[in-house]
Amino acid sequence: MMVDISNSRDCRSTIERLVGQAHVRDAAAKDLVEGVQPRWVVEAGSAAEVAGVLAVADAGALRVIPRGGGTKLGWGNPPRAADIILSTKRLDRVLEHAFGDMTASVQAGCTVAAFNRHLSAHDQRLAIDPLWPANATIGGILATNDSGALRANFGALRDQLIGVTVALADGTIAKSGGKVVKNVAGFDLPKLFTGSFGTLGVIVEATFRLYACPKATRVARFTVQNDDQLGRVLTALNARSSLTASVQIEASSDGVAAIVLGIEGLADAIEGKLREIVRAALDAHATREDRRIDSEASAERLFGAGDTCVCKVSLSPTQWPGFLTAVRDVATSAAVRWKVVGQAMGVGLLSLGGSDLERVYDSLLLLRAYLEKSQGSLVVLQGAGDVARRIDAWPQAHAALPLMRRVKAQFDPKTILSPGRFIGGI
Amino acid sequence: MTGMQNRCIVAFDMPPINHPPPDTIGASAKLHQELRAIVGESNLLLAPEELRTYECDGLTNFRVVPVAVVLPSDAEQVQRIVRVCHRDHIPFVARGSGTGLSGGAMPVQGGIVISLARLTRIVEIDIPNERVVVEPGVINAHVTQRVAPYGYFYAPDPSSQSVCSIGGNVAENSGGAHCLKYGFTTTHVLAMDVILPDGERVTLGASTCDAPGYDLRGVFVGSEGTLGIAVKITLRIMRRPECVQTLLAAFHSTDDAGEAVGRIIAAGILPAAAEMMDRLSILAAEAAVHACYPDCEALLLIELDGVADEVALLVDQVEQICAETGAWELRLARDDSQRQVFWKGRKAAFAAMGRISPNYIVQDGVIPRTALPQTLREIRRLGAAAGLRVANVFHAGDGNLHPLVLYDRAVPGQEQAAEILSADILRLCIRAGGSITGEHGVGFEKREFMSEMYAEPDLQTMQRVRVAFDPAGICNPLKIFPRPRLCGEKPGPYAPHPLVTAGLAELF
Repeated sequence: MMVDISNSRDCRSTIERLVGQAHVRDAAAKDLVEGVQPRWVVEAGSAAEVAGVLAVADAGALRVIPRGGGTKLGWGNPPRAADIILSTKRLDRVLEHAFGDMTASVQAGCTVAAFNRHLSAHDQRLAIDPLWPANATIGGILATNDSGALRANFGALRDQLIGVTVALADGTIAKSGGKVVKNVAGFDLPKLFTGSFGTLGVIVEATFRLYACPKATRVARFTVQNDDQLGRVLTALNARSSLTASVQIEASSDGVAAIVLGIEGLADAIEGKLREIVRAALDAHATREDRRIDSEASAERLFGAGDTCVCKVSLSPTQWPGFLTAVRDVATSAAVRWKVVGQAMGVGLLSLGGSDLERVYDSLLLLRAYLEKSQGSLVVLQGAGDVARRIDAWPQAHAALPLMRRVKAQFDPKTILSPGRFIGGI
Repeated sequence: MTGMQNRCIVAFDMPPINHPPPDTIGASAKLHQELRAIVGESNLLLAPEELRTYECDGLTNFRVVPVAVVLPSDAEQVQRIVRVCHRDHIPFVARGSGTGLSGGAMPVQGGIVISLARLTRIVEIDIPNERVVVEPGVINAHVTQRVAPYGYFYAPDPSSQSVCSIGGNVAENSGGAHCLKYGFTTTHVLAMDVILPDGERVTLGASTCDAPGYDLRGVFVGSEGTLGIAVKITLRIMRRPECVQTLLAAFHSTDDAGEAVGRIIAAGILPAAAEMMDRLSILAAEAAVHACYPDCEALLLIELDGVADEVALLVDQVEQICAETGAWELRLARDDSQRQVFWKGRKAAFAAMGRISPNYIVQDGVIPRTALPQTLREIRRLGAAAGLRVANVFHAGDGNLHPLVLYDRAVPGQEQAAEILSADILRLCIRAGGSITGEHGVGFEKREFMSEMYAEPDLQTMQRVRVAFDPAGICNPLKIFPRPRLCGEKPGPYAPHPLVTAGLAELF
């Protein structure tokens, strides 16, 4: 697409012609992205419109921040600059539910909850349980790679995404992958776009493999006395991993650690599975708690408070006890309060909060170093206060960074897409 | 197992051989000397008869003799070799066991082959964290053998698993019968150390989940050797299921068998495997390995695994569905040895075609599962029109077809008719909304079909990735894409290196 753009007013009127005047407005304070004020909000109504807006922005060197439900817009570093919020709000349709094939194609702006409501008509689901599913969009969870507890059993987003349509900075609309679950024709770009934080292009459509809704579910909650015991219980549970759909660890500065198990199965088998896994946990000396807990909400509750910083942590499964001990040690000596909601398979959320944000960040950096010693990582999702700006949300870049920069340069040579939000300043 | 058995070698479009410039002999000698210094005299192959071993992979109808084959013994040697290639702009192709079925490991004219057959160390086994670190030459089945005593297995199980290498599996994103439930190679590769085409060594991914940054590991897996050479791979292993049940069902038609698979899936059951064979492939398998399959039009092999009580309930459900859809014989494997017998015929099916046909082509395409009945009817119609038999063996659960086009080369025109039929079957898959390959890869064989499956902007977008990894275009060039690279990119089109000499590179 050729656009002759000499100034931003022309850009705006070109964009208005593309998407309709009603779908372009001045950005307000609520459209701030990590303290950076964009100029306009554009709500594109089709893949072609998304591509058209990008082409105009590219020609006019306007910086674009793609936005879905906005639930994770704060994740990553603040953008270096933002001119246009490109909203996928109007791209909210489920395009196809091939229930016989257990696949579905959906527009990027559809919320996870709405998508799953649609799929439930045939007792199927996207077996992903991200944060805030009522507002989080498909495009947003893909960009931020937000899989939840169910990944232990069904794999993460990268494993369930089988096709993607993206609009690139130069206005190219490209498809990759397809609508069949098995496909090795060409490069696997759905994986490249999963977790790319809006820096390579705008996801406009996605196709997923689906899973059947469980016939029956149960939740069981256990507490453990200390981190060593936690390790022993996790080992015992892992030995019976076919009984569980999810194994979530919950710990905080004000209580004992708990393990919450999600169990799915046939109605006639579910009680038996529950019995067996409870026995395995009790044999490892865990204590059963009857309290009914919504494990999704416990992850969501980590966020929100203004003096709290929330991070995503990755670690080896056997590192959980050691990591929790490290968190306890670091946080206690810094007088910082903390919470962890993690998945036994080795990924989780850590919140650190306190009135002295310097101490919060010192603790964070110590824990990042701890995790990196053994190939783990810590990424800041929600920063707190001014200190957030002094700390890179991403780990120190590694040897693959030059390659990542070359990929970025191929897709977005003028750096108009979410500049500075990603690793290494990408 | 080869893609096209006993077929004559056909000519194909390769860049013309240039006459060597005057300094070629000297440059060639210098290259040999450098490679020899890296890998040692015995690990540098230059003699034409030795090079011929490497002229093709499992797809034998395209052949190119490389100018040299090097067999490095560690990652550092691989890196030094690639640096030399990069400096001198010598194209290279990495090779594992050479069992690929799409010509992905076919050498490039004027290029060298880097064989990873000596990188066979299992570097680390971490059972508590369910990780295994291997070198690329490790044989797929050896991973499972090493972890089986701990109750674990490595899930991807391509039929060639007793000979194919993990490095090759990574390049092709290999699947297998059990990927319906457990996923493909990409699901099970956590991290890789890769020698990039410029000789840099980088780690893609991490042994922990969700490594920060772009998921370049996900892009690399299945890139068919075009983005670099994996020299160390971290795999996820899985706990062996507590209970496995394998069911064999005989049907009067492939339609009925297909209906059974559809209803099993619709009931919310995810089998570990759901395989179908038609009459012709059953006949061939019987002739070859005597699996004692029932004499039927279509046969389903369904495997269910998980917790014992639940599996028992699922087996009941599956049996009932099969009976409702017309299965007239149902057999449940009594024990592991009977299960092996059930699988023996299926796994031998490709090679068994030799029993019922002098020549055959193995095709690999994917369709949405619900398109199975009409696609099979279409294949029959096309076969009848061409006067050729087509045997069907496939992963019914995920719609991955392996039609085997049978023909006799001795009959004039039949080979060509078989090739046309085989290509038409791929087009059926594309029209049904499927893919031109589910597990064998695009390689050299299916490059031209990429333009039928994808639009030009889609292919150019993939090329952006390729250019980011390999700006010089020396890493397995001429594979996957219909054209070597997109116009307007910094590097020029691939051209054969002046080291190509008429005596060293042969074009059939």
